[in-house]
Amino acid sequence: MRGPAKFLTYALLLGGAAVFILPFAWMLSTALKPLDQTLAQPPEWLARRYDARLGGRLQEVRPGALVTEPSLWARMRGAAQPVVLAAASVRGGAWQPAAGPAMPVEVLKTIPASASEPWREISDLSGGQKDVVPASSVSSHISPRWENFPRAIRAMRRFPRYLANTLVLCVLNVVGTVLSSALVAYGFARLEWRWRDPLFGLLLATMMIPFPVVMVPLFALFRWLGWIGTLRPLWVGSFCANAFNVFLLRQFFRTIPGDLSEAARIDGCGEFRIFWQIILPLCQPALVVVALFTFMGTWNDFLGPLIYLTDERDFTLALGLRAMQTTGSGGSEWNYMMAASTLVILPVVALFFVAQRSFIEGIALTGTKA
Amino acid sequence: MTGDRRRTWLGLAFVSPWLLGVAAFTAYPVAASLYYSFCDYDVLSKPVWVGLLNYRDMASDSVFWKSVGNTLIFNLMALPLGLVASLALALLLNQPVRARGVFRAIYYLPSLVPAVASAMIWLWILNGRLGLLNTALGAVGVHHPPQWLGDPAWTKPSLAVMSMWGCGNTVVIYLAALQGVPRSLLEAAMIDGASAWDRLIHVTLPAISPVIYFNLIIGIIGGLQVFVSAFVMFGGPGPDRSVLFYAVYLYENAFEYRQMGYACAMAWMLCLLILALTWLASRSSRRLVYYQGE
Repeated sequence: MRGPAKFLTYALLLGGAAVFILPFAWMLSTALKPLDQTLAQPPEWLARRYDARLGGRLQEVRPGALVTEPSLWARMRGAAQPVVLAAASVRGGAWQPAAGPAMPVEVLKTIPASASEPWREISDLSGGQKDVVPASSVSSHISPRWENFPRAIRAMRRFPRYLANTLVLCVLNVVGTVLSSALVAYGFARLEWRWRDPLFGLLLATMMIPFPVVMVPLFALFRWLGWIGTLRPLWVGSFCANAFNVFLLRQFFRTIPGDLSEAARIDGCGEFRIFWQIILPLCQPALVVVALFTFMGTWNDFLGPLIYLTDERDFTLALGLRAMQTTGSGGSEWNYMMAASTLVILPVVALFFVAQRSFIEGIALTGTKA
Repeated sequence: MTGDRRRTWLGLAFVSPWLLGVAAFTAYPVAASLYYSFCDYDVLSKPVWVGLLNYRDMASDSVFWKSVGNTLIFNLMALPLGLVASLALALLLNQPVRARGVFRAIYYLPSLVPAVASAMIWLWILNGRLGLLNTALGAVGVHHPPQWLGDPAWTKPSLAVMSMWGCGNTVVIYLAALQGVPRSLLEAAMIDGASAWDRLIHVTLPAISPVIYFNLIIGIIGGLQVFVSAFVMFGGPGPDRSVLFYAVYLYENAFEYRQMGYACAMAWMLCLLILALTWLASRSSRRLVYYQGE
C-alpha cells in the first residue's frame, strides 16, 4: 500500500475500533462512578472524588452548581437550608422575589463572583449540610468506586444463585453436547451402514426448523413432565446431540484417514474404543470449538430461561440481570446496572482471551465450510 | 448378511442419542405444533379443534400485520447495514496492516457479549436525557436530540445500529473467506492493469460471493426472529408498538395471552415467510453467486 491509501486504512481501522470499544468503555466508566456523577452533564469519563471544607472540617463532598454571577448565600426565614440568591433581587436586606411577598433573609456570605474565579455549591454526601465556597478550594481526584461491584451483587439479590445456576447449566450443556454430538458424528462420519445417508439428510433438515415452531409443544411437553420451574428443560436436550455440532464434527472426523481405524480393527479394537481412544484425541481442536460455542450459547441464552424458569431462585445471570433492571432500583441506578453488566460480560471476555485462537478458527470454520 | 445387520445396529447405536432427541424434541413438537395451529389451546386444558380459525384471525389481526411490517422494516435497515459494515471491516483487516490480531479481537469481542448485557449498555447509552449519545450531542450544540428509544420513528434505526455492534462474527467469517481468494487471480488482474476497485468488484467479491450469500441467508433467518434486544430494552411492544417484532408478538401470544394455538399458527407462518424470503434471496442472487469449479 502506498502513503495515502495506507493512511486511510489505518484511520478507518482506528476509528472503527474506537467506536467498537466505546460502549465497553462507557459501561466500565459508569460502573465505577458514584450515582450522582452518572447524571453529570456533559458526561464525565473518570470517577472523581471531591473534597472541601464543610462545617469546619475537610470531608468528601458532593459538588453542586457553579455560581458565576455576583450573588448572595443566604438563608430565608424559616428555611433550613441556605440558598444562592441573585444579588440584584435583594434590597435593604429583604429579598424581593419576582412575584409574591417579600421575604426577609439572613445573608451568610456575599459571593463576589467573577468569570475568573467561580464559586461552587457543595453539600455533604447525604445532602443535609450545604455551603458555597470558591471553586478552587474544592479539590478533586480520580477515585474509581470499586465497591460498586459488591454493591451491585447485593442489589441483584440472588447473584450467587444465578451464577451457580448458570455454571451448572454451562457444565451440563458442554459435557452433554460434546459427548453426544461426537458420538453421533462418529456414526455418520466413520461407519458404513444402511440408513446412514437418509438419516443424515434428516439431520440437516432439522437445522432449518425455527425455534418458535417447536416452542409451544416443547413447553407443553416439559409441563406434562413436571419440568417447568426446574433447570431440566435447559440441559436435558443437550445430551441428545445438536444437529449443527454433529455436522461440524462430522466434517472434521472425515478428514482422518480411514486406514487408522482399519489398522485398529485388525488389531481387534472395538468400534467404541476406536472412537474414544483414537478419533477423539485427534479431533481435540474441533471438540474445543464445540465446547466453547456451547458454553457461550448457554451463558448468553435468554429466551430458554425466560420461558422455562418461573422461580427467581432458578434464574440464570441473563435473567437475573433483566430482573434487576425491571424490578429493582436498577432502572435508575445506572452505576450498579453497569457494574452488574460488567460482571456478566467479564467471564466471556476472559474466555475469549484464553481461547482466542479456537474462537477465530471456529467462526471461520462454521462460516466457510458450512 | 449378518455382518451387514451388525453394522446397521452399530451405526444406529452411535447415532441413538440423536434419534432419541429428534423424536422427542423435534419430530413430536413439529407435528404437535402443526396440530395446535388448528386448535384453540391454552396449555392448561385440552386443545379444541377450530379448523382454520387461527389463520383467518391472523389475516384480520392488525397487530399481527404491524409486527410483520416492523420486522421487515427493521431487517431492511439492519441487514444491508450489517452486510456493508462487516464486509468493509473485513476488507480493511485483509490489508497488510500491523496489529491485525488486535483489531480483529476488538471488532469480534462485542459479538460475544450476552444479548441482555448488550441491551443494558445500549439502554444507558441511548437514554433520552442522560445517555452518552444525547449528552454528547448536547455538548456540541444539538439541543433537542431525538428520543432514540422513546420516539417510534427512531426505535428501529436505534436497534439496527445497535445490532451492528455485534457484526464481528461476520467480519471474522468474511476475513477467512478473503484470505482464501486465490492470490494468482489477483496478481493476474494486477498485471492486466486492473485498479484496486476493479479487482474488488471483478475478482474479490465474486470469489467470496458464496460466503456473502451464506451470511445473507443466515441474516434473514436470524433477523426474522429478532427478539431479545427489543424484548429486554422495551419490555414488550415499545412506543406505538414500533418494536413489536414478529417473535415478540408470538411470545406474547404464547406466554402472556396463553393463546398457544394462535402462537403455533404464527410460528408456521414465520416458517413460510423464512422460506419465501430465502427463496427470493436465492433467486435474485443466483446470477451473482459464483461457485468455483462450475
